[in-house]
Amino acid sequence: MADVRDALMVGKTSDGKLVRRPLSPHLQVYKPQITSALSIFHRVTGVALSVGTLMLVWWLVAAATSDAAYATASGFIGSWFGMLLLFGWTVALWYHFCAGIRHLFWDAGYGFELPTVHLTGKLVLAATVVLSVLTWIVIFAVR
Amino acid sequence: MANFSLPANSRVQPGTTHKAPAGAKNVRSFNIYRWSADDGQNPRTDTYEIDLDACGPMVLDALIKIKNEVDPTLTFRRSCREGICGSCAMNIDGTNTLACLKPIEEVAGDVKINPLPHMPVVKDLVPDLSQAYAQLRSIEPWLKSDTPAPPDGERLQSKEERAKLDGMWECILCFCCSTACPSYWWNGDRFLGPAVLLAAYRWIADSRDEATGARLDALQDPFKLYRCHTIMNCTQTCPKGLNPAKAIGEIKALMVEREG
Repeated sequence: MADVRDALMVGKTSDGKLVRRPLSPHLQVYKPQITSALSIFHRVTGVALSVGTLMLVWWLVAAATSDAAYATASGFIGSWFGMLLLFGWTVALWYHFCAGIRHLFWDAGYGFELPTVHLTGKLVLAATVVLSVLTWIVIFAVR
Repeated sequence: MANFSLPANSRVQPGTTHKAPAGAKNVRSFNIYRWSADDGQNPRTDTYEIDLDACGPMVLDALIKIKNEVDPTLTFRRSCREGICGSCAMNIDGTNTLACLKPIEEVAGDVKINPLPHMPVVKDLVPDLSQAYAQLRSIEPWLKSDTPAPPDGERLQSKEERAKLDGMWECILCFCCSTACPSYWWNGDRFLGPAVLLAAYRWIADSRDEATGARLDALQDPFKLYRCHTIMNCTQTCPKGLNPAKAIGEIKALMVEREG
C-alpha cells in the first residue's frame, strides 16, 4: 500500500518548479529516551526469545532421536558459546517477563504518570539483573 | 513501512559557520537545520555563534536574534513566545519541545536545532503538518449531541464531569508528541498519533457529548488506535506536561469494556 504521506513530499521553488522536499531527520537526531529504549528492548528480547526457543527445540528433538544426536546437542549447549547463548536467553526471558507485567498494568489503565513510568522502568531493569544472576546461581548450585 | 535511514535527498550536509562578533565573551554555537526549495541542494547544518550576554534566555530568543541580526533567511514559525500557540515546536538538543519554553541554559554544549522529526520540510525549521491536521479533522473534534441545549442556558456539567477534561483541553496541538513517537514515524499514514488520540479522548470523556459509541467505532482499527505500543515518548516530551499515553490507554480500556 502506498504511503499517503508521499503527496506531502512535493514542494515548489519560488518560480513554481516542483521539487521533492526532504524528510526531517528522526532516529538520526532524536536522543534515546528511557521510554523508547526500554520499549525497543522489549521487542528485541521478544525476537531473541523466539530464536532461543529454536535451540530448545533442537535439544528436545535430539533427545528423542538418538544418543549421538543428544550428545551433539548437549555438547554444543554445554560449550562456552552455548552457555553464553543460554545466559543471553535468560536475560531476555526475565526482561521480557518483567516488562510484560509492566505492559499488563498499562493495559489495565495504571502506571501512566511520568514519575511512575521512570520508576517502573528502572525496577524492570533491576529485576532483570537480579533474577538473571539468581537463575545462574541456582543452575551452578544444582549442577 | 519503517525506513530507519533518511532518503538520499534528505541527508544533512555540513554548512557554513557565522562567527560571533569580536569581543563576545559568552559564546554559544547554535547548529541549525537549513533547507530551501530554491537551493536545489540537500539540507545542511549552519552554525551560528551567538553572544549569550546579548541574547534573551530562551532558544526562541536566540532564533529571533539570528534572524534579526545575522541571517534574515532563517525560517521558523513563532507567534506567542509564551507556550500557548504551539507554533515554535521543534527538535532542540535531541527532544521535541517549544523553543519559547526551552531555556538555553538547559542545553549542555552546542544547541542543536532540527525541525519536528520525520515530517516533510517546507523550509528550514518549518515542517508540513497537513497530515496531522487532516487526522485531527477525521476525529471530528467538536461536541456532538442529539439532545438540544436547554433553552435558557448552556449545557451544564458537574465539577467531577468537568474535572475529567483537565489535562486534555490544555493541548495546544504543537505535535511535539506525535513527532516524538516512533510508531507515528513508521505508520503515521494510518496511525493517528498521540496528539490526535488525546483530542479524540477529550470528546469521548466529555459528559455532554453523545457520540461516544460512534467515536469508538471510528477508532476500532488496527492502525488508527492500536499502533500505539505504549512507548511513552509522547508523555516524556510534551512541553505542556500532558499525558497523551494515558488518554490512549483510557480509549483502549473503553474498547475492551464495551465488548462486555
